[in-house]
Amino acid sequence: MSIASTQKKGFGAILWDYLTTVDHKKIGNMYLAAGAFFFLLGGIEALIIRIQLIKPENDFISAGLYNEMITMHGTTMIFFAAMPMLLGFMNGVMPLQIGARDVAFPFLNSLGFWLFLLGGILMNLSWFFGGAPDAGWTGYAPLSTSSPGHGLDYYVMGLQLSGAGTLMGGINFLVTIVTMRGPGMTYMRMPLFTWTTFVASILILFAFPALTVGLFLLQFDRMFGSAFFDVALGGNSVIWQHLFWIFGHPEVYILILPAFGIFSEIIPTFSKKRLFGYSSMVFATFLIAFLGFMVWAHHMFTVGLGPVANSIFAVGTMAIAVPTGIKIFNWLATMWGGSIKINSAMLWALGFIPSFTIGGMTGVMLGASTADFQYHDTYFVIAHFHYVIVGGVVFGILAGLHYWWPKFFGKVLNETMGKIAFWLFFIGFHLTFFIQHFLGLMGMPRRYWVFLENQGLDTGNLISTIGAFFMAAGSIVFIINIIYTTAKGEKAANDPWGTGRTLEWAISSPAPEYNFKQLPLVRGLDPYWIEKMDGNTKMTPAEPLDDIHMPNGSILPVVISIGFFIASFGFIYQVDNKSWLIVLFAGMVIAIGSMLIRSLKDDHGHHIHKEDLEKEAD
Amino acid sequence: MSHWMGKLKTLLMLSFTAIVLSACGKENLTALDPKGYGAEKSMDIMILSIVIMTAVFIIVAIIFTIAVVRFREKKGREDYIPKQVEGNHTLEIVWTAIPIVLVFVLAIPTIITIFDLADTAEAESSIKVEVTGNQYWWHFDYKGEEIQTSQDLYVPVGKKVYLDIQSSDVIHSFWVPTISGKMDANPENVNTMFIEAYEEGVYWGKCAELCGPSHSLMDFKVVAVSQDEFDQWVEDMKNVNPEEKPQDAVASEGQDLFEANNCMACHAIGSSPVAVGPNLTNYANRTAVAGILEPTKENLVDWIMDPESIKPGNKMTGNYPEVSRDEAEKIAEYLMQLDHSDVNPESAGGIID
Repeated sequence: MSIASTQKKGFGAILWDYLTTVDHKKIGNMYLAAGAFFFLLGGIEALIIRIQLIKPENDFISAGLYNEMITMHGTTMIFFAAMPMLLGFMNGVMPLQIGARDVAFPFLNSLGFWLFLLGGILMNLSWFFGGAPDAGWTGYAPLSTSSPGHGLDYYVMGLQLSGAGTLMGGINFLVTIVTMRGPGMTYMRMPLFTWTTFVASILILFAFPALTVGLFLLQFDRMFGSAFFDVALGGNSVIWQHLFWIFGHPEVYILILPAFGIFSEIIPTFSKKRLFGYSSMVFATFLIAFLGFMVWAHHMFTVGLGPVANSIFAVGTMAIAVPTGIKIFNWLATMWGGSIKINSAMLWALGFIPSFTIGGMTGVMLGASTADFQYHDTYFVIAHFHYVIVGGVVFGILAGLHYWWPKFFGKVLNETMGKIAFWLFFIGFHLTFFIQHFLGLMGMPRRYWVFLENQGLDTGNLISTIGAFFMAAGSIVFIINIIYTTAKGEKAANDPWGTGRTLEWAISSPAPEYNFKQLPLVRGLDPYWIEKMDGNTKMTPAEPLDDIHMPNGSILPVVISIGFFIASFGFIYQVDNKSWLIVLFAGMVIAIGSMLIRSLKDDHGHHIHKEDLEKEAD
Repeated sequence: MSHWMGKLKTLLMLSFTAIVLSACGKENLTALDPKGYGAEKSMDIMILSIVIMTAVFIIVAIIFTIAVVRFREKKGREDYIPKQVEGNHTLEIVWTAIPIVLVFVLAIPTIITIFDLADTAEAESSIKVEVTGNQYWWHFDYKGEEIQTSQDLYVPVGKKVYLDIQSSDVIHSFWVPTISGKMDANPENVNTMFIEAYEEGVYWGKCAELCGPSHSLMDFKVVAVSQDEFDQWVEDMKNVNPEEKPQDAVASEGQDLFEANNCMACHAIGSSPVAVGPNLTNYANRTAVAGILEPTKENLVDWIMDPESIKPGNKMTGNYPEVSRDEAEKIAEYLMQLDHSDVNPESAGGIID
């Protein structure tokens, strides 16, 4: 156990500890907790949507509220639930996997988290201040520029804040992986999850600026009277779609690649077999990322870009099936000839393979532009991307939670409840979304507040709603599992699965503050497995025991984020009343002032002394 | 036991058949029973891609099932360490090369059909209609014919009709699933596509791009009639006299109220460039009130009295003087008597219920 946490502390001290922490593991846990909170919020929104669509011409919620609900469901799930939870895994696992004591920029890491959290809170506050954004999560202009009220302003500012945070995270992970790999950890010995973190970070680095630019243009149109998207004044609304999807398509891969990474850890661990075709997996990851930037206009086949553009983007889209197929077959080949242990983590991974394959198949079908003229903006698309994002990303997150829970929190989640949750969620997921492929082709466009009576859409929608409740039940069981495990679970060993392959399983659960007392010597791919096969119980140290340098905690990231948070209100409401500019400037002074303090004040960190380290158990 | 099994089997068979039947959807709305050129081409590509993809899925499913069943950890052999295989070049080349071939098999017909559907060579010699999407209704302007109408688009069967699609406000998308795939209505440019219906009929159309609260209520119809009937309809529509007095007194009062309340500032009757609100020519033959309600006088009265309760966020609410129920009934009577053509949805076989 780390020195800090062995001392009994009051609630205030713990809170202060988390507010000021720059420890990647604590930040990772906060990402997971905040992501889970927003996941529940988005889930409740999903249930409300499905209740509204349980029968034709239902009036459970009004048309305006429905549009707010779909917008917030999509935005919340993508930006505030899936992304942060994956960033949580990246924070919590990646430094351990490469044998590092922290990330490259611990302060920036903390700042990134708080910006994301306050961005998410900001956008959700719109519910209480006059209505949430209602132009869909894609926020197409001119609907988004002409939407009355302040909902879309909250959308712009909330995404801008959290987007900045994500960008910081991406840069941080890139630098960490490039510069902080431990002794012997060459690139081609990195675990797949680290690789996918690396590639997803590259995607973040190049994709998020496109969103930032798009949001700035939207912000200027809405708040400062510019006309980038206003056709009447010479603007162009299709530009928003390009900017959004140049970000938006890579975003799909920012989400799915780390999930692929999680499965690439879990499947070998529980098949007790090395990942089949490691180098082709790495290559496929890069290829998917590269192609992911080349296909954004497949979201725009019906915009009228013309047959040449449609053909190019159609072929590009279909090409992504090739590296994705390589991955699927490599996972299957990893299991082939193995000795597969099926526990909750592995169940999610096993459930993922057929589910995601369906999502990938419909992806290729959507890429065939001629057929997409029918699929586009219908429930077929809804079904497709939920197969990818739930069947791929959410399954990945849940698999990862079961797998790394002991490493994060020191306890193994309950297996029985884990399995019940899986089956409820898995059955519910297919019930909800499979039928939606057909609903779309039967003439049900997406984002429909009501479907009309006597159009043959009743049964399908009812089945879909029933499925959604199964998913909710599965989620509830999972939450009960977390509570139960926290209260009653037994302390986990270093390697609770017995078949861990990567470095994180060589250290205690949860990992100590400094991760590695002595940095381990990596002798190949799956370093811990290599040592175990050689009969060693732990890694060979690559350095003598010495003082460990650690960064100091700081409250400044919270203060900077709060500054921008306050300034956002100034931006939003100065449209109505210029005196809100005071709030804008006050917020900016807080944020920039704190940045100045950070820049001018030297902070050399602290050392954990050798003598203290010797007292600690391994 | 077997008795129970038999019942279960029958039940399963029945529900399977029911699902297969209902999976095709409603005739003249579903994309799965195409009756037009674009929808047919889309269907061809859909079937090709589904066949390829299903084959891939079956292969994955078989390997997956065998792997999970055969290589599951055996009781008593928990300590068994399988051979650590690095990879296999032949296998990896196979599962890279085969998908590349499959992509080509799908890509080539896709590209051919993309260019086929974008072909505008016959545009000049065909009927052209300017289609304008509005929150939340569709305006149709037959080029060179001085015919404007809304919500019901009349086309001759078996002929290519070119649509110049645009929006007056936010983005909409024009979609008649049974006849053709969709095309967006953008505010900044005109998108041209053609539709060709193979059979006479009344086809459902939907808006497929989120355009505001009543996005889901922006239905319209395409009425495909025979060439002769279409010619007749064009003739009738050209000869509409907007000033014509109705026969009975109630409708006549309605016409006066229509004028007194300045309804025609937005709603034209007869050929007119005014397109602020739907053109109401030939209103008696409309397939629906406000695009979604049964075409009855009661529904029209409800609409005139309180459009907001029917289409939230519409542009009519609050933009006309308050009318009493009595007045609304008279206006409705007048509109329901605007029967300008004998060619109507019934000529195309009527709406499928």
